[in-house]
This record gives sequence, C-alpha cells and structure tokens, in this order.
Amino acid sequence: MKALAHQLSFEQRIFWRSREAAVFIFIFPLLLYTLLATVYSGEIDDRPSADVLLAGLFGYGAANTAFGGLAIILVGRREYGILKRLRATPLTPRTYLAAVLLSILLVFALQSVALLVLGSLGFGASAPANALGFAGSVVLGAACFAGLGVGAASLIRSAEGVSAVVNVVLLPMAFLSGSFGSTPEDYPAFLEAIADVLPLTYFLQIVNGVYLDGDSLFAHPRALAVVAAWGLAGLVVAWRRFTWVPRER
Amino acid sequence: MPTAIAVRDLRKSYDGIEALRGISFDVQEGEVFGLLGPNGAGKTTTVEILEGYRRRDSGDVAVLGHDPSDAPRDLRERMGVVLQHSENLSLLTVHEVLRMFGGYYESPRDVDEVVALVGLADKRDARVRTLSGGQKRRLDLGTALVGDPDLVFLDEPTTGFDPAARRSAWEMIRSLRALGKTVLLTTHYLDEAQQLADRVAVIRAGQIIALGTPADLIGETRRAEIRFRRDGELVTIETDEPTRVLAGLTAEALSAGRELEQLEIRRPSLEDVYLELVEEPEDA
Repeated sequence: MKALAHQLSFEQRIFWRSREAAVFIFIFPLLLYTLLATVYSGEIDDRPSADVLLAGLFGYGAANTAFGGLAIILVGRREYGILKRLRATPLTPRTYLAAVLLSILLVFALQSVALLVLGSLGFGASAPANALGFAGSVVLGAACFAGLGVGAASLIRSAEGVSAVVNVVLLPMAFLSGSFGSTPEDYPAFLEAIADVLPLTYFLQIVNGVYLDGDSLFAHPRALAVVAAWGLAGLVVAWRRFTWVPRER
Repeated sequence: MPTAIAVRDLRKSYDGIEALRGISFDVQEGEVFGLLGPNGAGKTTTVEILEGYRRRDSGDVAVLGHDPSDAPRDLRERMGVVLQHSENLSLLTVHEVLRMFGGYYESPRDVDEVVALVGLADKRDARVRTLSGGQKRRLDLGTALVGDPDLVFLDEPTTGFDPAARRSAWEMIRSLRALGKTVLLTTHYLDEAQQLADRVAVIRAGQIIALGTPADLIGETRRAEIRFRRDGELVTIETDEPTRVLAGLTAEALSAGRELEQLEIRRPSLEDVYLELVEEPEDA
C-alpha cells in the first residue's frame, strides 16, 4: 500500500509536469467540447446538444486518456529502458502497473469533473441524471480503455510512432461511434458495421443511459458485455505480448 | 571470503547461435571483478542473466545465494544495476529520481548523500532532461546505489565519456570498493579493467579465455622485449628467456668495450596480452 502510494505520487507528478500530456490528454477533450458545443447549439436527436456532446466527449475522453495516454506512457518508458531498469528494483510489476493505472484513472476522473463543470457553467448542460451510475461509468470506461491501452502498448514497437498510431485509431473511432454528435440515418452500411463492433459505441450507450436517461449502469447488459470483452481482449494481448525491455534494437 | 556470484558452465544461444559457450567464474564479496572483451563477446548476455533479465539455457548461477531467474525480491533488494542503455524520467529532478528509486528499498541511503556521492550536488534540483550525458550516467549510478546494495552491476559504465568524466567515474567506482560493495563491471576498455578490477576475466566469442588479476594475466606470458641501439640502429629482441639473452648481450658488449645504448627491457602491458588473446584464431 505504501509502495503504491509512493509510485502514484510520482506518476501524478510526472503526468502534470508534462506539457504534452496535460494538453493532449487532459485539455483536448475539454477543448473539443467547447468547440462542438459552440458550433452545434440547439438540439441533437431532440435533446439539448450541450448534453449529448458532453456524453460524447466524456466517452472520447475515456478512450483518449486511458487508451491513448496509457499506450503513450508505457511505450515511451519501455523503449527508453525505464521499465527495464525498474524491473531490477524490488518494486513489483503489480504495484507499478497498479500505480500507473490508478494515476490514469485519477486524471480521467478529474477530466470528467472538469467536463461537467465546463458544460454546466459554459453551456447550460444538465447534471448526470444518475450521478452514481455516471461515477461508475468513469471507472468502467477507464478500465476498459486502459485494458486496450496496455494491449496496444504491447503491439506498438516505436516510441516515435505511438502518438500517430494512437490517433489513427482514436479519432475515426470517436467519429464512427458518435462521440462528436450522433451519426446520420443514411450512414454507409460498412461504416455502420465498423461502428457496431467498436467499444466506444457501446460505452456511449451506457454513458447516454446513465447521463441522459437516468438508467442504471447495468441497464444495457449487452453493451456492458461488449465493453468488458474489449477490455479483457486488451489484457489478453498484454498478457501474451507485453515486454519490459525495449522492442527496438 | 564468501562468494557473491558463482557461475558454472553457463550457456546461452540465440536462434541457434551460441552467445555463451560454457562460462565459469566466481566473484568474491567485496571484490571488483571485470568482464573484459570486445563488443559481441557475450559480456552483456552474461550480466543480464545474472541480473535476471535473461534466462540461461544451461549451467548453474548463484547471485548472493539466489537463482536470479526466479527474480527473488530479496536479491533485487540487495543489488543495484547500471544498464548499458537506459534513460531516466526526464521531467523529474535528480533529487526526485533518487527519492523515487530509494522508495523501492527497505532501508535506502540518504538521498542527498547519494547526490553528493555521484557528484551531482550542484544539479540536485535540475531536471533530468537538462543533464549532460555524463551527468545522466552518474545519476544512473546513483539509482544503483540509493538502495544501499551489497552488489552492483555496471554494464559498460563509461562508454561515451570524455577522458575527464571517465577519471571521475573511476574514482566513484573505486569508492564503491571502499564502501565494501561487490562490483561486477563489464568493459571493452582495457585500461578501465586494469585501473579498477581486482580480477579480470577476458571473454571472447562466448568463452573465458583468461582469468586472473591484471598482474597475473601479464605474468602468464613470460615474454619480454629487449631493445637497445647498436651504432644508432634500433635492435629489438623478443624472448622467453630474457635473463639468458641479456647475459649474452652484456657479455658481448663488455668484451667489445661497448655500451648497450638506450638499453630497455619491456614487459608486455595488459594491452599487449589482451590484444594477443582476443586476436588469436579461435581454434588455436
């Protein structure tokens, strides 16, 4: 426990000291929300657009922070030999990974609060209809996308390429799954087919449920199952492929 | 003296190529032991097996009484490592990095003491990314020492240093011995091994081809070189029997009433021995 708190405090220090992380991981979803909510005032699907977009950007934030942020942190540390060096210390891999994950969860939780405050003060967005369920979806989203982030980190080889790879996955996924506003009715079938398997599509179903409709976190068991399956799939990849030593060279 | 590291018939292959072909050596507690050899000889493979990063194919290895492939916590508690390539978290300060590493150990050394030990007192609060290459390397050494280990692995600790930085790194490594630490050092610099190591194993193509104190290694060849000038011409004689050859030369010169001008008898340096060892054809 003491070791975990020790590492978590340094993880937080490193995260907030990094301008890139603070801007691209923490600020970017807030910035996108501000832009989109300004452009699309009025209603989306008979609901206030400030609410719909808030739910969408919350989903995007989960993927961006937990999937993107984690992959970038882990690949960088692996390729620079930082993970390798840590393996020779008494710090256990379990404690280390737990600290890194908790640190990301903390960042995402703060981001969620910032998004709610920004939405409410700036654009008159509603508070979550089911506040407890919403809090649960913070943990759920962070867990699912962190699983995918560790999995992706196990597959991505180069520290230079990781940001590009992450965004090539993230941005289309966010568009297709409706993070930036709902997708049109006459959507091309193949794009819809892709959207139908993306974890963010299902995570947004759950988020829309708890945030807009006041559903329970468990009101959409199928969506919950798909989200959990994606997270587990990421962990399985990580279990088989994750290395502590640099992949390049 | 108790044994800190025992290696018996250690073997390791990568994709069918034998990187280590049956290596055996012991390192005593409190000793600075050097693994010396050209690049690709198997030094890093050996050290990384001892550190627990790589698994051996066969042979016996004991590091502070543990099998490193089990990665026991007690072993990691008592050892410090400097890897050949590794970076530190560039956004932390020197003091923070050492405090972070210190937190992993049960009874770490005082952080400021370590900062001073590795000569970074004036960089205590500087961020890692602002340090020079040599300063970063000293910080690496600091992270290896902050847990107050009994055993320190140094994999090519001065590669890429300028001469002044090397001298100061050597001083630091000597101070480890003064602290009673056991040190396993790899290097492809001969002078480094000669300066620092109590004993040296010369490794080539996955085998130890010579082992002993630097003086022993030199002593193994009895050959000497006798040089003098005769009528201004430089005469060089290599011999395994310098006493007999010299007696002959001096007798001859005395009877002729001449001086052996600029007479010099040179024993081979460790460098000569080393070059001879690593350049010998493999099946010799």
